[in-house]
Amino acid sequence: MLDVLIVDDSVAIRKILQRVLRQTEIPIGNIIEAGDGKEALELLKTQTVGLALLDINMPNMDGLELLGHLRASEPWTNLPIIMVSTEGSQTKVLKALEMGASGYVRKPFNADQIKEKLVEIL
Amino acid sequence: MSNVSEPETISNADIVAAIVTSAEEVFSTMFGMEVPSEEIPLPQDVASAPASGIISLIGLTGPWAGTGSISCNAELACTLSSKLLMDEFTEVNEEVLDAVAEVTNMIIGNVKNVLEAKVGEMGLSTPTVIYGVNFQTRSAQTHKWTGVRFKCGSEELCVLMCLVQSTVKTERASLQFPQIVRM
Repeated sequence: MLDVLIVDDSVAIRKILQRVLRQTEIPIGNIIEAGDGKEALELLKTQTVGLALLDINMPNMDGLELLGHLRASEPWTNLPIIMVSTEGSQTKVLKALEMGASGYVRKPFNADQIKEKLVEIL
Repeated sequence: MSNVSEPETISNADIVAAIVTSAEEVFSTMFGMEVPSEEIPLPQDVASAPASGIISLIGLTGPWAGTGSISCNAELACTLSSKLLMDEFTEVNEEVLDAVAEVTNMIIGNVKNVLEAKVGEMGLSTPTVIYGVNFQTRSAQTHKWTGVRFKCGSEELCVLMCLVQSTVKTERASLQFPQIVRM
């Protein structure tokens, strides 16, 4: 079973992503949620996940900073991470990919886009 | 001849086109809805007449800075939230306010993405949502608003933008202009 971390300051988006994940053929285990990067890092001190979906624009610690922390520390250096964000500029997408994001999905998204990205990276 | 290029400007037509493209994409992708639109002929100095319902404000910073807003009545907010979250909402609660905030983030965020191609990288704040009666919003920086009205069944959703070119390249230019809400 694949445990998943969803980090987004919008409860609505977290709920939508949970629903999309449960609809896939991938056996999803626990889904843990955080409202920003700091909260996510706290949760990851005690929990293990096999996939993370990160928003970029969030209070306290944004998704790119969180991505940087994760890629710099074991055991998260190879964790599959998909950025899910309204940020659509080529600069931001390239920056995220250069920092080690495994994939990028721009909001607004539909379920198929998330599913395709999961199949691509898992 | 000078190699210094003129700074790019954003016209009213650019903003209207960006709002229509962005909102149509959000409505078709997230709600499966097609929404006819029309530009709102706004007075120069007033963003909205005193109104009731929900307004969600989000700040933009960078070479052009200002505010984007989305407003609708409580009924439409509940309808959109029900579609988005596949749940039934009949009154405005935390989940409805959060859903409206996210719709704002997606529509104005995509307007920003479109405008960035002309003027360079811009920043986006997190949205602030207000639910109440008889309120009016103004920007302390500029009174020139541009807006588009979208028809969602029998209700309307209004998207407004108020942007000015940042003239001073200092830290101040990266700050969001204060917004005033009168209730």
